[in-house]
Amino acid sequence: MQTMPQTVAATTIVGKEIPVKRVPVIEVKAAEKTFPNGFRALEPVDLTLKPGEFLTLIGPSGCGKSTLLGMMTNLLPASKGKLSWWGGGFEQTGTPGKTLSIVFQDATLMPWATIETNARLPLDLAGVPRPQAQERVQAALAKVGLAGFGGQLPRQLSGGMRMRVSIARALATEPDLLLMDEPFGALDEFTRNKLDADLLELWRERDLSIVFVTHSIYEAVFLSTRVVVMAARPGRISSIIDIDVPGPRDEEFRGSPRFAALCAELSRALHLASEESGNVSGGTKP
Amino acid sequence: MSQFQLSRAAALPFIGPVAVGVILLVLWQVLCTINEVPIYLFPKPTDIWSSFTTNLSGLTRASSVTLQVTLQAFLVAVVTGTAIAFLFNQSRIIEACLFPYAIILQVTPIVAISPLIIILIKDTGTALTVCAALVALFPIISNTTLGLRSVDPGLVNLFRANKASRMQTLLRLRIPSALPYFFAGLRISSGLALIGAVVAEFVAGTGGMGSGLAYEILQAGFQLNIPLMFAALGLITVIGIALFLAMSGLSNLAIGSWHESHAEGRR
Ligand SMILES: Nc1ncnc2c1ncn2[C@@H]1O[C@H](COP(=O)(O)OP(=O)(O)OP(=O)(O)O)[C@@H](O)[C@H]1O
Ligand SMILES: [Mg+2]
Repeated sequence: MQTMPQTVAATTIVGKEIPVKRVPVIEVKAAEKTFPNGFRALEPVDLTLKPGEFLTLIGPSGCGKSTLLGMMTNLLPASKGKLSWWGGGFEQTGTPGKTLSIVFQDATLMPWATIETNARLPLDLAGVPRPQAQERVQAALAKVGLAGFGGQLPRQLSGGMRMRVSIARALATEPDLLLMDEPFGALDEFTRNKLDADLLELWRERDLSIVFVTHSIYEAVFLSTRVVVMAARPGRISSIIDIDVPGPRDEEFRGSPRFAALCAELSRALHLASEESGNVSGGTKP
Repeated sequence: MSQFQLSRAAALPFIGPVAVGVILLVLWQVLCTINEVPIYLFPKPTDIWSSFTTNLSGLTRASSVTLQVTLQAFLVAVVTGTAIAFLFNQSRIIEACLFPYAIILQVTPIVAISPLIIILIKDTGTALTVCAALVALFPIISNTTLGLRSVDPGLVNLFRANKASRMQTLLRLRIPSALPYFFAGLRISSGLALIGAVVAEFVAGTGGMGSGLAYEILQAGFQLNIPLMFAALGLITVIGIALFLAMSGLSNLAIGSWHESHAEGRR
């Protein structure tokens, strides 16, 4: 077993191979965040993202979802506590089997570069040879339904199309982990549903783990395998709900009683979380 | 039909100002003629034109001298200014320590320091270029510095998340982001280079070395040759406009297709 993939931590006993236990994609260990201005955005959080999981963060505005995701992307350092990626530090990400991509709330495209160049950016930065990068970008653009738009400039595209470019950019690196902060928040419901379905399709096709921030209960239930409900002031995890659905997530699932029941459960959990949340003034007045 | 409307819309920025100019010239001519204003007080456009044609060779030579000083100074200012802006961009400390001196450079009137420069630098041509470059430098420094800093924070995060090196971020993100600011700086700076060249020439011209347009204006003033004065003044204006248009054209060529300040169909 010398050619074992890196993501797999194998324990071999002489003559017998014990079923492999894969390392968690991300482990958040008592990570907390206090901003330089003294604002306590996040109480210590413990969270494990298992391989292949689709984890959703949901909660009232200001509860620290973006803060938590920022720590997971290593763009925001934790004030205390630790995070590990595939069992190690952030510096070893980006190697085969340990690549991650980020999708921001807005498309974040370079206005001077064509769609193709924009989508190719992570590959160019990583020094992937041009022909190979080009091939992957074309495939990624086709996957998000933008084949043939490669030569256009971002301002020639609609908001939904621009968002899809940023998803293609994230996919072109063939990531093992996708971190997405309200990626479809600014889009209309119809486009969002379509992109949700596409995202699920991509997630199913590959060995991909996803952390997804959203405000939408329906989106959370439709997409995830696990939903983390957060409470605000101070930001913390309020509850975690497993979305245990064996069948395919499709339009039929959207209309099923199971879907409705899960939405109701998540809605109750959210309600509870917002009741737990301190109010803005920081306490009740006498 | 629609094509005609399109071309009319495109031509408006040229036809409009030209029409206004022609009307003003005609008005000027008519008023001077009716009121019989003496030529040595305020010449008519036709007087200026005939002065221009009779002195054509001298004026052309003077124009080329002024233009040469202007372009040299502009080039020096662009190269130096951009280099300084990149230096400022390397560290906040360097910028904090040196930027005040860039401002001092900007607020010191060139008329006040050009005599000193002309005394210090033996070669008059070089001295004039240095004076004009000093005037033209600041917009390049300040605009390019601002541009290199004005980067979409989302894109900065994207580059950071992809572990981009400093060099990659500079080449692929900071420089493209800075281009619109840089070109805006070029437009201002080209005009200032001309002003600097003319002012320095005025100061140096009395020394007898100058032969640019400012010198022509000085000479014409001594001889009370007012039409020639106007003709030289008109040429300075023409050079200024040509520089501005050239810079606008360059800017359109480089960033016309993507930057908001240039896009026709804003969203
Ligand atoms: N740089 C900062 N300095 C100080 N406080 C900050 C900073 N960034 C965020 N905060 C605060 O931290 C809290 C959590 O912010 P965060 O952006 O994580 O919330 P969120 O859950 O993503 O909210 P939303 O759903 O509105 O995006 C907020 O109350 C915010 O005011
Ligand atoms: Mg947020």
